[in-house]
Amino acid sequence: MRAPGGPDVAVDDVLLAVEDVSLSFGGVKAVSDVSFDIRKGEIRAIIGPNGAGKTSMLNIINGFYQPQEGRITFKGETRSKMRPHEAAIGGIARTFQNVALFKGMSALDNIMVGRTLKMRRGFLWQLLRVGPALTEEVEHRARVEEIIDFLQIQAIRKVQVARLPYGMQKRVELGRALAMEPDLLLLDEPMAGMNMEEKEDMSRFILDVNNHYGTTIALIEHDMGVVMDLSDRVIVLDHGIKIADGTPDVVRNNQAVIDAYLGVAH
Amino acid sequence: MVVFGQFVEVLISGLLAGVLYSLVALGFVLIFKASGVFNFAQGAMVLLAGLALVRALDMLVAQGFSFWAAVGVGLVFAAAIMAITAWLVERFVLGPLVNQDGLTLFMATIGVSFILEGGAQMLFGSDVYPLPLFPSDAWFLFEKAFPGGILVSKIDVFGGFIAAVLVVVLALFFQHTKTGRALRAVADDHAAAQSVGISLNWIWFVVWLMAGLVALAAATVWGTKLGVQFSITFLALKALPVLIIGGFTSVPGAIIGGLLIGAGEKLAEAYLGPAMGGGIEYWFAYVLALVVLLMRPQGLFGERIIERI
Amino acid sequence: MLYRETGQFKTSYTADMAIFTIRQDRIALWLLLALAFIGVPLLNVLQIWPFGGEYLLRAIFIPFLILSLAAVGLNILTGYCGQLSLGSGAFMAIGAYSAYKFGTGVRIPLEIFTISIPPLPVLPSILLGGLMAAIVGILFGVPSLRIKGLYLAVATLAAQFFFDWVFIRVKWFTNYTSSGSVTAPELNFFGFYANKPIEKYLVCLVFVSVFALLAKNLVRGNIGRQWMAIRDMDIAAELMGIRPLYAKLTAFAISSFIVGVAGALWAFIYLGAWEPLAFNIDRSFQILFMVIIGGLGSIMGAFLGAAFILVLPILLDQIPHALGIPVSVETVSLLVFMVTGALICWLLIVEPHGFARLWLTGKEKLRLWPYPY
Repeated sequence: MRAPGGPDVAVDDVLLAVEDVSLSFGGVKAVSDVSFDIRKGEIRAIIGPNGAGKTSMLNIINGFYQPQEGRITFKGETRSKMRPHEAAIGGIARTFQNVALFKGMSALDNIMVGRTLKMRRGFLWQLLRVGPALTEEVEHRARVEEIIDFLQIQAIRKVQVARLPYGMQKRVELGRALAMEPDLLLLDEPMAGMNMEEKEDMSRFILDVNNHYGTTIALIEHDMGVVMDLSDRVIVLDHGIKIADGTPDVVRNNQAVIDAYLGVAH
Repeated sequence: MVVFGQFVEVLISGLLAGVLYSLVALGFVLIFKASGVFNFAQGAMVLLAGLALVRALDMLVAQGFSFWAAVGVGLVFAAAIMAITAWLVERFVLGPLVNQDGLTLFMATIGVSFILEGGAQMLFGSDVYPLPLFPSDAWFLFEKAFPGGILVSKIDVFGGFIAAVLVVVLALFFQHTKTGRALRAVADDHAAAQSVGISLNWIWFVVWLMAGLVALAAATVWGTKLGVQFSITFLALKALPVLIIGGFTSVPGAIIGGLLIGAGEKLAEAYLGPAMGGGIEYWFAYVLALVVLLMRPQGLFGERIIERI
Repeated sequence: MLYRETGQFKTSYTADMAIFTIRQDRIALWLLLALAFIGVPLLNVLQIWPFGGEYLLRAIFIPFLILSLAAVGLNILTGYCGQLSLGSGAFMAIGAYSAYKFGTGVRIPLEIFTISIPPLPVLPSILLGGLMAAIVGILFGVPSLRIKGLYLAVATLAAQFFFDWVFIRVKWFTNYTSSGSVTAPELNFFGFYANKPIEKYLVCLVFVSVFALLAKNLVRGNIGRQWMAIRDMDIAAELMGIRPLYAKLTAFAISSFIVGVAGALWAFIYLGAWEPLAFNIDRSFQILFMVIIGGLGSIMGAFLGAAFILVLPILLDQIPHALGIPVSVETVSLLVFMVTGALICWLLIVEPHGFARLWLTGKEKLRLWPYPY
């Protein structure tokens, strides 16, 4: 069980607020009138049975999907539509349900891609490589190596990611997201397909990221044990509707949540 | 009235030329539908089929067979050659490459096209061989309405007829036979099809065989029109704009695409050509396809590509 | 045993990011460069066979160098950025004809004034030819934002056939010659006259070395990673903040520039006099094969692929001759077709990533040799 909030952050500091957001694909309503907020420095879990709209919600926050209704306020700025790279520039990073790594590149290069937004040196300097471009490469390489050390993936840094085992790929993906130095980190089922040990490792990394870097985290997760242990607050979605919102204890005992998971018709 | 007559003439000749493109495009659609492979070798297959047919024909006629008997035997012979080719391609090229991505398979079909082109000419010769299967003169229709009548080439009409027959046969095949259903299953999902007992290797052999037969049909018409020769292989490239407009997996789409391209080309050449120095036919089809793509990136009849993450 | 890395420690990131991190590789590279820049000319001057005559230089080395350059260009677009292009021939043509116009003086009479540029020296003409190709490349790259994969290939085909037609019909490009073929201006590189084969060879060698190095710098830097990210998963790339527009258009621009320069070199140095047919669809496919056989996404692969595609027909030509078997020219050319096709299929089955990957796998084995693992 964790104490709510990060190290030294006022509990009322809202980083992201989602208001009355709805998203439909053709006739299917993926998300209906969902509202919630994420406070700075907390770990927020989004849970719910399959098809509840959790990934769609993350995709909306990310700018990948544009909601038909509703508004999103991030770091004080409200918008109804946001393009993906605007989200990235704004400080939102994420990992994906089906590991979306760049399969043709090595682990190191994948994480270096995360530094793209921070690299300023123009094309001409890169052409020559000596001088400012090289300095910048080295500087960012150093930062990336810190992340590699943090995630303990030194041994596989030059390996092409397509060849890595699943658990390692997930870690590299986390590293790539961290390389963006995000204010808000969205994790889509980071523990999927992992055994006990790997889950413990990943949980430790997530906690460290939150403690050490102060990154706010929103994560989708199915493993209830992990959710209860890691998160400060939980929101529960079912069929695109929010059915509960609160601390893990509150949510765990909520009848509607229990019904949703047990599949009681309503 | 003369001007309109000219327009109708150009239009009809364009539509009929388009039918011939459709015949070649049909072969592409078949293979793409069942295996997701863009078969660059389709043009080479038309060449191979045509050469096999015409050489067998010439040889049998020289031996004293009657013309139409020779044609019959020649067709069987050519079909057999296409069957052998289908088996060889499936066994030695497609089978080993089954899990590779689209670009690799596409390149492999380019390799196959080279082998077929070289092999066909080595086996059967590399001259231009006339193939007089259809009368090559023309009808003059509607002589009362338009002065001089509308020139309609007989070969083109026969080609249209053959194409129509093929479309009907293929449609029946896909909808009503067991193999046709299996083909559609494989096109949708390889693994699922295998798990219900459909053999991928057999299906791909069948598909390439059918594409080979469609190539033979195309060869009969193109061969009569142009003579069987190496340049037929360039048809492979023209099929691309046809497929973009008609969709890569639609049989009726291939027909419509072919008609549009054929008519478009001829009309553009007749009406825009003089202003631009002529020769527009060379690139018009591709630029038209490009324009279509700019408006609809998945082609006119393609399915919207939805990317999930 | 020869290829051990033991004792070679990198103590800085710069060392770790070098093009050749293993000392043996570096030595091999310097040897190769020495051979190319000093050895070949020396052997040529000393008339030592086979470097003494013209054949090796004119028929093999020079086309190899220029086509390798084109392959490097196409590799950037198709191999690193994943945008399939079937129009390389057209871009070579644009480079060649633009260089020709710049080299013979440009005169465009407009309504109010006339754009008049005097004939430029050869080097700027060639580079400007590349620039023209880059501009057209950007234009044809714009659709790539919406159109992907095989569909994009059709767009590049449109470029190919359209420009084939343009350079035949628009007489301005050929300075209104009656035959339709043009001759290159004098190859005077600021005092260095490239008339003899060995001089032409050196010019090509310099061009290729410089461009290969610049290309390598780009692909291992930030822009190269952006290209590869777009190639591998463009959605995820966009979510990282990479702008697909910028990445794709720079790939088109740089690739077309290099291919355009290669085209100008092909026309000026290799052919001397040429027609539009020199850059038709066959040329496009030839370069695409080089890239695929050599290995997509590998600068070295471009060279390996070019060597293979160039040398194969010559070998196939010579072998029956050497063995004393009489075959007609026609049969040989058909045989070349078949063998090329068969080799492409075989290579794709054995190693879809081309010779470059085979080379790397070989080196891996060599590091362990003589031990099995």
